[in-house]
Amino acid sequence: MPRQSRPGWLIAALLLGVGMAMAAAKWAPLALDGVHDPTSPAIGVLQEPAEALSALPPDTAGNQVLWMRALDEGHINPRTNILPETKVNLRLTDVLLKNTGEMPMVRFPHRQHTAWLDCSNCHDQLFERKAGATKINMFLILQGEKCGLCHGAVSFPLTECQRCHSVPRGSPEALAFGRSLVIER
Amino acid sequence: MRFCRLLRTLLLLPALLFAFDAAPEYADVVLNRKSELEGVRPVVFPHWFHRIRYRCKVCHSELGFRMRAGSNVVTMADIIDGRFCGMCHNGQVAWSADRCDLCHSGKRGQPSGIVGGSETKGPGRW
Repeated sequence: MPRQSRPGWLIAALLLGVGMAMAAAKWAPLALDGVHDPTSPAIGVLQEPAEALSALPPDTAGNQVLWMRALDEGHINPRTNILPETKVNLRLTDVLLKNTGEMPMVRFPHRQHTAWLDCSNCHDQLFERKAGATKINMFLILQGEKCGLCHGAVSFPLTECQRCHSVPRGSPEALAFGRSLVIER
Repeated sequence: MRFCRLLRTLLLLPALLFAFDAAPEYADVVLNRKSELEGVRPVVFPHWFHRIRYRCKVCHSELGFRMRAGSNVVTMADIIDGRFCGMCHNGQVAWSADRCDLCHSGKRGQPSGIVGGSETKGPGRW
């Protein structure tokens, strides 16, 4: 009876397959992504994610792209408006969210948000304009409310806790706020 | 025997690739409120593609797309009249509404919604 060498090659093939799949799976081809119809005439015409996204600063979550860095470093230059009369609103204040239980406090940066969004996208429907006036908690966010309208759906996902919860209590960054919840950057 | 192994390896690798690759891109949106009822494929809207070219505020402020998934009812009449997608998809900025298949490119039978890793529909999904 010949010796069974099947497990050896099977494991090798599995490892190779997994390796190849993981390299390719960073951005699935449209035809294999599960939402596009592989028989659609659009396949081959539409840009493939890997073609556009592999050239941008890499991330480990979401689209695997650090979108803010891509914008700040000029890798992309998306239009701010298409109507000439639109006023492009930018704001540079940071807001400190202190009521975070045992987690580090949250520093909300207006600069990064207004680079992409208009004031009216958040105010006043999702958040009051006055700092500290809006009740926010992780249950709401996990259900897709407040920050969770975007974070977890289109902007970096909720697995990246420390990107928001970045200010330990008593740290120089926290002390810089003094008694205020808002700081000018 | 050798040929048999080679064959199995060749069969195994694509199977694995399929298994690992079947993930839509983060923030892709499937729009199928009306598409299949009207006999066309669902729309797949790629946020990543549009974000490279336009900031969120262009569509979500100037064009009037509300932020909450599922809150925008967009008809082809709107688009042909230059509203919503039709602000750009007019044959001048981007392809026009007569290129049906380029937007209506989704697999049939999918519900509308954000796909590709949305984890904000409740703690239970985490």
